[in-house]
Amino acid sequence: MADEHYPEDLIYHPEHDWAKVEGDVATFGITWFAQDALGEVVFFEPPAVGTVVTKDASYAEIESVKAVSEVVAPLSGEIVEVNDALESAPETINDDPYGAGWMVKIKLSDPSEAASLLDPAAYKALL
Amino acid sequence: MTDSTENLRRTSLYELHKKAGAKLVPFAGWEMPVQYPDGIRAEHQQVRSHAGIFDVSHMGEIETTGPQAEEFLQHILSNDVSRIAVGGAQYSALCQEDGGVIDDLFTYRLGPQRYLTVTNASNHEIDFKWFTQQAGGFDVDVVDRANEYAMIALQGPDARRILGELLGNGAAPARMTIVESHFGDHPALICGTGYTGEDGVEILVAPADAPAIWEDLIIAGAKPIGLAARDTLRLEVCFHLYGNDLSLDRDPISAGLEWACALDTGFIGADALKKIKEAGPKQKLTPFTIVGPGIPRQDNPVFLGGTEIGIVTSGTLSPSLDNGIGMAYVDAEFAKPGTDFEIDIRGKLRPAQARKKPLYAKQ
Repeated sequence: MADEHYPEDLIYHPEHDWAKVEGDVATFGITWFAQDALGEVVFFEPPAVGTVVTKDASYAEIESVKAVSEVVAPLSGEIVEVNDALESAPETINDDPYGAGWMVKIKLSDPSEAASLLDPAAYKALL
Repeated sequence: MTDSTENLRRTSLYELHKKAGAKLVPFAGWEMPVQYPDGIRAEHQQVRSHAGIFDVSHMGEIETTGPQAEEFLQHILSNDVSRIAVGGAQYSALCQEDGGVIDDLFTYRLGPQRYLTVTNASNHEIDFKWFTQQAGGFDVDVVDRANEYAMIALQGPDARRILGELLGNGAAPARMTIVESHFGDHPALICGTGYTGEDGVEILVAPADAPAIWEDLIIAGAKPIGLAARDTLRLEVCFHLYGNDLSLDRDPISAGLEWACALDTGFIGADALKKIKEAGPKQKLTPFTIVGPGIPRQDNPVFLGGTEIGIVTSGTLSPSLDNGIGMAYVDAEFAKPGTDFEIDIRGKLRPAQARKKPLYAKQ
């Protein structure tokens, strides 16, 4: 498992999700804190490409041996790419939550929403 | 669960769990370790291939003594108590008149007129009240011993060797027996029972003596295992969990526990169970595996051809099989191993198949 850290180039949602915005596309994943609280992730099925996601609403389920949790979209848009590799290797979310453990990429419908997310210091203050 | 954190009880091993970095959660009124830093999968494998120790001090104990101890227990327990030899152990259900299960229990015979019954933590108060109420016409003493014992389960293929390092070779009793022993000057009861499908023992000692024994077992090679892995271990071998697979609304016949019911002994509930047996249970508890992806969970509905035929009572991802597994009550005609049905996992129908128990067996 990775050591606790919160990269500077990401922005954070209080429900323990991160987004990396590049132009009008954003990559989503869950934070180190979220994967640690879940424990070993054993199941993740990404939604289909083309699915519309809404900021603050659940867009997927993630499952550890113990329990199921919802994954919340930090921003709104339409899914353009999903990380299929997680279906066969969901533990990647624990091993590399900010890298190979990314979940979906979306085309942002309202890039200005990003201003409401948290920088690493503000997110860490919530933990 | 309605536990408020401030009212939770702690076992005598609590400080050691905290020091080991365990995640502690409310469970049946107790603050218990659900997992340690190694994680559920590693803990599960540790018990399957080496040895683990579980703090099960939250479980309760009821001692029954007196000239009519056997007759009394025969009256309330589903199994044939007359078959427990001194030093023996037996599994049984505690039933209401209608056959509904109040608890499932292990009873150990410590002497000709002395028995110790181990209860589930969540049911201990109810069980003790039931024992006391039913004891009215019998020449027995029923005593709540829950505060006098801590309980450590040492389970896994290395369990006997590890206990031998502490107490000398041959210290571990045979399966389904109990011996009175000592750790140094401290008395202990050692039982050849467990809840993992592995060989091992359960150790009952005074709460104050438990921490030193726990630490010695770790030095001898056992690793602490949390309640989460205890659940995956028991479900792989299809042991029932009260509150999931057993309840007041379910009877031992439907639950597949007829082997633990001596219906001719006339225990409370036996008449109702005879009728259920003759008519055939409406639903039967059936182990199953998911075919493909998906992890079943308690209360997921079971479907066949668009019709709801049952409900999942226990479900998880099996660390040994790396597959979703569970147990479900399904209409009896669909309980036969090999029957295909579907589990509704939060709106998605996942193919599943009824299986024989256990779901996991050693190669």
